[in-house]
Amino acid sequence: MKQSRSPIGELVVVGALLVAGACAVAFVLLYVFDSLNAQLLGLSLGLALAFLALACVVAGKKVVDQTKGVEERPELVQEDVEKEVAEKTVALREGVSRRKLIIGAGAVAGAGLGVAAIAPLASLGPDNVSEILKASPWRKGVPLVDDSGRPLSADQFEVGSWSTAFPQNADKKALGASVVVVQILESEVLENKQWAPRGIMAYSKICTHAGCAISLFRYPTYEPTSQPPALVCPCHYSTFDVRKSAEVVFGPAGRPLPQLPLSIDANNNIVAAGGYVGNIGPAWWGVRKGT
Amino acid sequence: MLMVVLAVVCGAGAIYGFAVGPAGAQKGTSVNPAPAAPPTSSAQRAQIQRGRTLFLDGCSSCHGNDAKGKQNIAPTLVGAGSAAADFYLTTGRMPLSNPTDQPTRAPPAYNRQDIDALDAYVGSLGQGPAIPRVNIAMGNLANGLSSFTLHCAGCHQVGAAGGIVTGAIAPPLNDKDITPTQIAEAIRIGPYLMPNFNANQISAQDINDIARYVRSTVHPDDAGGWGIGHIGPIPEGMIAWFLAIVSLLLVARLIGEREPE
Repeated sequence: MKQSRSPIGELVVVGALLVAGACAVAFVLLYVFDSLNAQLLGLSLGLALAFLALACVVAGKKVVDQTKGVEERPELVQEDVEKEVAEKTVALREGVSRRKLIIGAGAVAGAGLGVAAIAPLASLGPDNVSEILKASPWRKGVPLVDDSGRPLSADQFEVGSWSTAFPQNADKKALGASVVVVQILESEVLENKQWAPRGIMAYSKICTHAGCAISLFRYPTYEPTSQPPALVCPCHYSTFDVRKSAEVVFGPAGRPLPQLPLSIDANNNIVAAGGYVGNIGPAWWGVRKGT
Repeated sequence: MLMVVLAVVCGAGAIYGFAVGPAGAQKGTSVNPAPAAPPTSSAQRAQIQRGRTLFLDGCSSCHGNDAKGKQNIAPTLVGAGSAAADFYLTTGRMPLSNPTDQPTRAPPAYNRQDIDALDAYVGSLGQGPAIPRVNIAMGNLANGLSSFTLHCAGCHQVGAAGGIVTGAIAPPLNDKDITPTQIAEAIRIGPYLMPNFNANQISAQDINDIARYVRSTVHPDDAGGWGIGHIGPIPEGMIAWFLAIVSLLLVARLIGEREPE
């Protein structure tokens, strides 16, 4: 039997295993210290698995002997032949030098990836996630501004128009910041009329299903022959009836969009009359329904 | 003598304008539109009269003889404005054979002169949006893409290839027959289930930009070489599934192959 040795292949395997272990450790550190950075989390775990795969491929191609051992079987069980094949098989292992190094590197990669696989279990435990989700810059009296920071005037709206708005002087990218503002006829508002002065109302722009931005507003030219006014999410077409405080009338969303009560100040600008009513952010299936 | 006649005519026009009853839900306008300014020339009066004749002939079976609509069939046109009439007629969306259908683009049923007359008649019913003026030569393509993404792409897709909302189809806009004026009219009046945008939200210059962008989507510049229908994530996702997965399978097959002895 040929005894092939490939020191370079072995080094590559060891290197790849160590890098895989390092990437897995990096994943755990990122998870602990920067858990909201999903791109880096994905990159580190992806690289760990990619290097593990590379180590397996190189080990299979270059380190383990590729010679085939064929057991002749002219008769039924022959104990001496069986023993001989077993000895040959054991002898094949001797083709790998530095077995301990490779096993050690494999242990590093395995331990790293094992911890990386277990670490996210911490997300199931108690933490401040619900506080993060509930955080919102909206308070009573906070003015609504457009994407360039100008205050939204109640006069610039008209029935059937809509706009995206943000809280003045706040981070626009925060989960609880952006709202969609629509105006319908005052007589069309069926629920919570006190939150909708002149029929102008605001809802969280984050869909309660999977967190997409609500960017579709349908307003009928003539309702009896078409559809009632509604906000629609472009991802899965969850449809929210704005006449009834964004009740879900179609699609996978489990609960209404949180409504932001509005009032109109002395300068005719639209301001918040309080914080959101309802939890902002996505919830899959029926989770957090009604809360 | 001439002044007296003119005064009488103007007065009659004003009375006619005030005589229109309370309007129903009219989007893009105030709830109770003010009466339209009375016509100032005999040519305009003749135009409105001709429009009324055409209206009685072709539109009144749904919108009523007084254009105030019919319950559960068609909306009032008082305050709809000549922009709405021009949009619905030049895009062939009206006349509509079945009032519950979504109006869709079709060859116009009237010629340009008849549409002008009907526009003048509907515009005379009450104060509504006039036909907007658009100049795409003044439009900025980059700003147009930005405004289109902000206001229109949610339904019409960023490539203007159209899409859906629940209960209606957002029509494709990358059609060579769509004129800049029709784009501007649709923005102002919000046809069918589309919301309407006033000058505070989308200015006249924004409309020039958007119209220029929408016209550019007729012959899009596909930087990647293949537009995949320009309708966004579904075909793009299918490319990922069917091409990327096949190539991954090939890679898996290659690294799994043993070297010959």
